[in-house]
Amino acid sequence: MEEEMHTDAKIRAETGAGSSPRGPGCSLRHFACEQNLLSRPDGSASFLQGDTSVLAGVYGPAEVKVSKEIFNKATLEVILRPKIGLPGVAEKSRERLIRNTCEAVVLGTLHPRTSITVVLQVVSDAGSGAQLLACCLNAACMALVDAGVPMRALFCGVTCALDSDGTLVLDPTSKQEKEARAVLTFAVDNVERKLLMSSTKGLFSDAEFPSSAKLGPLPGSSSAWLRPRRLRNTSSASTGNRCRGVTPRAETSWGRGPLPPPPPTHPLQPEANQRPSLASRSYGLM
Amino acid sequence: MAAGFKTVEPLEYYRRFLKENCRPDGRELGEFRTTTVNIGSISTADGSALVKLGNTTVICGVKAEFAAPPTDAPDKGYVVPNVDLPPLCSSRFRSGPPGEEAQVASQFIADVIENSQIIQKEDLCISPGKLAWVLYCDLICLDYDGNILDACTFALLAALKNVQLPEVTINEETALAEVNLKKKSYLNIRTHPVATSFAVFDDTLLIVDPTGEEEHLATGTLTIVMDEEGKLCCLHKPGGSGLTGAKLQDCMSRAVTRHKEVKKLMDEVIKSIKPK
Repeated sequence: MEEEMHTDAKIRAETGAGSSPRGPGCSLRHFACEQNLLSRPDGSASFLQGDTSVLAGVYGPAEVKVSKEIFNKATLEVILRPKIGLPGVAEKSRERLIRNTCEAVVLGTLHPRTSITVVLQVVSDAGSGAQLLACCLNAACMALVDAGVPMRALFCGVTCALDSDGTLVLDPTSKQEKEARAVLTFAVDNVERKLLMSSTKGLFSDAEFPSSAKLGPLPGSSSAWLRPRRLRNTSSASTGNRCRGVTPRAETSWGRGPLPPPPPTHPLQPEANQRPSLASRSYGLM
Repeated sequence: MAAGFKTVEPLEYYRRFLKENCRPDGRELGEFRTTTVNIGSISTADGSALVKLGNTTVICGVKAEFAAPPTDAPDKGYVVPNVDLPPLCSSRFRSGPPGEEAQVASQFIADVIENSQIIQKEDLCISPGKLAWVLYCDLICLDYDGNILDACTFALLAALKNVQLPEVTINEETALAEVNLKKKSYLNIRTHPVATSFAVFDDTLLIVDPTGEEEHLATGTLTIVMDEEGKLCCLHKPGGSGLTGAKLQDCMSRAVTRHKEVKKLMDEVIKSIKPK
């Protein structure tokens, strides 16, 4: 995986240029995810990527209004609330992108005439639209997993920026995004590694595009957090499970002290603070 | 009997055609519907265009008004697009505030204008910090039969090429703007973005220019906006089935061909109205 990343000569790994240093051998900034932190939604997740943080909650499968019901599959709804102000046209457009991406992976035919609602709240925003979209996609995916909604694959959102000399920078900071010639956001699924969603800003040539799409599945983001190696059973004071990305000693920056070493648990053994869910938890995990 | 089968099993009916590499309306998989464009039909607007893509009809009217430039960019004007899908065009739209489809289309057009730099916003400035043009581009769909994004992009481009702005001078003594309606000039259109939409069927097959029924049956859509140098202004893929890199490359080459067709049509139309 790592070798493929380096054969493409046009990538440049940022070292300490952004607000936080990037992990060794990985050109992504610090990211972290926490699941099961809200009590009312069926599933919830909080995803932090660089300076952007999004909280997602999933309700479903639940009852649906007769006007919105589809006879043979579940109706998926996405609501995106910005950090400040009322939702506008840009939020509607992002809702459509996230909804269509979720619809492509969620097995809606298993729950006909029901509704699955994904609610996303932007908690902190570095001011970059593309980074926000990727973070929302990741948060939505993790929340759907936490809710136990059956999915045929997981997906991840990745942003990359093309600067004026054609160099590709993965996971750009807001400063890099502003100076870039084009910013591209992709959603890729983890089973077939196909491109699920693409949203671009700026001008770029078609020769530059395939290299950036090939790059989407490669970095640590999709391989690492989509297959969390251990589900840590954290102390009773904290709320939920944590899945860590490929970041060195990132725990402290998430606001909590160093964790005690986890008790050895079998990954598939049900843990004390997990709620039983409709579909098997092992969907997409491991 | 075919009509009965179509109602009961629309997807199966469609697959029978796709197996023979054609569609119910007789088109090939890579063929566009007949495109017609009519420029300058609305005399009260500063620029207008009517585009018909098969049955899909979109009319674009551009009105120019004065406004104070934004404080963070005092030498720029505004281009404000708005796509309206009234109940007239299709039974699935109700009257009231714009639905999701209209809002998404408006955002798409705004992104195309922003990304392609079709008009340099500095050209719309009359007096930095004091007065600038704002172009309100209203796109109204009169008949919805799929592929609304392509039709809107083409209508917008044609209408902007048709816009004539009068000359404005600021009178130094009174500090008022004086408009000379006798002297009008065309806008400087820098690039010509052309949109090509595809629909994905059964996760594998790609068809160009989907009609309303095809869009409903499709498992995903993709829109590519290209300008004349082969640069992509927008690659809009709102979810749906996954696509491999090879398929994306095919789509891009089809988009390049479509750009040439549309450019040719546009040049013919512009040439036909120029001598006045």
